Amino acid sequence: MISGAEALMRCFKEEKVDTIFGYPGGFIIPAFDALYSYQDDFKFILTRHEQGAVHAAQGYARVSGKPGLVMVTSGPAATNIVTGAADAMMDSTPLVIITGQSTVAQLGSDSFQETDVIGITQPVTKWSYQVRRAEDIPWAVARAFYIARVGRPGPVVLDISKDAQVQMLDFHYKACDFIRSYQAYPTPSESALQEAAALINAAQRPLAVVGQGVQLGRAIPELYAFLEKADIPAASTLMGLSIMAEDYPLNMGMVGMHGNVAPNRQTNACDVLIAIGMRFSDRVTGDIKSYAPQAKIIHLDIDPSEINKNVKVDVAIVADVKESLPALTQLIQPAKHTAWIESFAPYRQQEYEEVIRKDLYPEQEALTMAEVLKSLSDQAGEHANLVADVGQNQMVSARYFSASPKRQFIASGGLGTMGFGFPAAIGAALGDPQAETYVVCGDGGIQMTIQELGTILQYQMPVKLIILNNSYLGMVRQWQELFWQERYSSTPMINPDFVKIAQAYGIASTCVEKREDLQQAIADMIAHQGPYVLEVKVEQNGLVYPMIPAGSPISNIMMGKNK
Amino acid sequence: MEKKLYTVTVYSENQVGLLNQVTIVFTRRQVNIESLTVSRSAIPGVHKFTITAETDEDTISKIVRQIERRIDILKAFYYTDEEIIFQEVALYKVSTETLLENNDVETMVRKYNARILEVTREYSVIEQSGHTEEIEALHADLKPSGILQFVRSGRIAITKSTEERVSAFLEEVESRRRSLCSE
Repeated sequence: MISGAEALMRCFKEEKVDTIFGYPGGFIIPAFDALYSYQDDFKFILTRHEQGAVHAAQGYARVSGKPGLVMVTSGPAATNIVTGAADAMMDSTPLVIITGQSTVAQLGSDSFQETDVIGITQPVTKWSYQVRRAEDIPWAVARAFYIARVGRPGPVVLDISKDAQVQMLDFHYKACDFIRSYQAYPTPSESALQEAAALINAAQRPLAVVGQGVQLGRAIPELYAFLEKADIPAASTLMGLSIMAEDYPLNMGMVGMHGNVAPNRQTNACDVLIAIGMRFSDRVTGDIKSYAPQAKIIHLDIDPSEINKNVKVDVAIVADVKESLPALTQLIQPAKHTAWIESFAPYRQQEYEEVIRKDLYPEQEALTMAEVLKSLSDQAGEHANLVADVGQNQMVSARYFSASPKRQFIASGGLGTMGFGFPAAIGAALGDPQAETYVVCGDGGIQMTIQELGTILQYQMPVKLIILNNSYLGMVRQWQELFWQERYSSTPMINPDFVKIAQAYGIASTCVEKREDLQQAIADMIAHQGPYVLEVKVEQNGLVYPMIPAGSPISNIMMGKNK
Repeated sequence: MEKKLYTVTVYSENQVGLLNQVTIVFTRRQVNIESLTVSRSAIPGVHKFTITAETDEDTISKIVRQIERRIDILKAFYYTDEEIIFQEVALYKVSTETLLENNDVETMVRKYNARILEVTREYSVIEQSGHTEEIEALHADLKPSGILQFVRSGRIAITKSTEERVSAFLEEVESRRRSLCSE
């Protein structure tokens, strides 16, 4: 017989866990006590806040493809994990989050550090379950890892009462491979595949829009084979940026609010739109009524509830893209769409002339965010992951960091969680230790989780943090400037000296604000062994273009302020 | 889109906390639940929710898919009134004195297929089952004589097909499980 707490550790070993993120506290002490004897089995990362632990686990999961594991206590710790759980739910990130809970006898009595974790987390998790008896721990943990990992991945919360941690049980572990009520991998419909192939074979101007589902389904080679067989140009969503390298011939760029002009324009010119592992977020579609009204739409997704949720589609193929893409590739005819693909080029040229050139070679003295990202992208290694926070820094990172399967772009897409970036980079560095890890934050977002400097100090992690400081909450400021009559309500920020803060943590750091110092500062940061903070003072009133205003048709692209 | 009353049936595993998971899908889409009944189904271990809500078909189809997405939900369906046989139960408490004084009560009980469950010196209890409109009609007829208490159940419904619609799904799942075991 072993205790529930030890059983928990044994379950983690069965699930091949190597890293745990978390923070101890009253009702999870038994589990942490058991962990003390398993220090050779798991690397435990003590973050400085539970929110940081969840975002770190997300970063870990996003680069490794394995579920990120979090272990925290009850009450305030459990409420602190909610933001990360909601973020992981939106972005389909596999997480297993263990929260401690009061004793069963005390449940419902408003006892110390008791909170209704299941009630709070159910709407923002794939599964949320309370374990009250030690003997249920192996079953619940096996189920939790299975649910987090398979099908469309997502976060799972296991709320384990203190009694279940201290009671004894006979330990038997059986990994979960089947849940009667949950079909993780639906079988693609043969007739839907035939219909889709017929549409693609008849298409003159097909366009694929690729989302994170292709990466989650590990179907990147299958995607390339599909696109190449019928010469189909493809755009990616923000979450799908790591799937195709910038120089991949069929990559037409990013769609969406701050995406590239060419794929946004051609969305409304194509005759068949093939959406692959994406969910038609409002940031991609703009006004739904004027989104690709001329096109036949084919939707490949693993989640049946995504079909016809935002955009009505003509053919739906509900399956893992790893299975549906090769099946579809078999049915399509080889084709050439040279003229159609060439029709993207003038838009690309227009974007370069009107936006990119101004971003990269500005006439003004102050640095732009784009200059920083371009320099980082040029100097970073071929295996380097970039984590972005949320806001202008994120959009500029998406636009100017050249991502690919070996240079992943990681950001909070659906929930848009400021403060995500820095802790997610900690997890990314652990999940992909061979890669260089960079994280770009604004002066606002970094201060939401800046306490994690303590974490990279403690574990001496080679995380390189770039703070793009414009002394504003830049994206909100941009909306205020463009749509709210320049009424800058609560967006200017008085900031601390970030270099001194880093110094207080014993972390090497520099601040640059002159163009002539930028390249060298980035080179120094890259060359530095261990953690590093680079603050770059950038222009205060920079604007991210192109921009499609929220809710407006995707044809309404703003290219600059006077357009 | 045209709004009408839809009946949603949800089949689930017998797990704690499922009701909450089902109802929050309606809440997020700003659809009021008109009535809700939970019971066992004809299949052992499978629970059945019967929910009515007034909305359009596009919304109810999205609600059903989002309910089905929850891990412990087996299957969910939506129906219009033509596709199902449904019933509600109502209980009326009236004073026995007015019941005795009112000559129409027997007519009413016969007309609405109601029955009298209990008669005491102070009050009597009338039970009626039927469609919403029938219950509302008896309520209107009894009101002038004074209704002391009134309660109405949620709708229960069965489809016009011969067996539980979830049965085919369960068979399919069982064959999937067997093929997993044989691998």
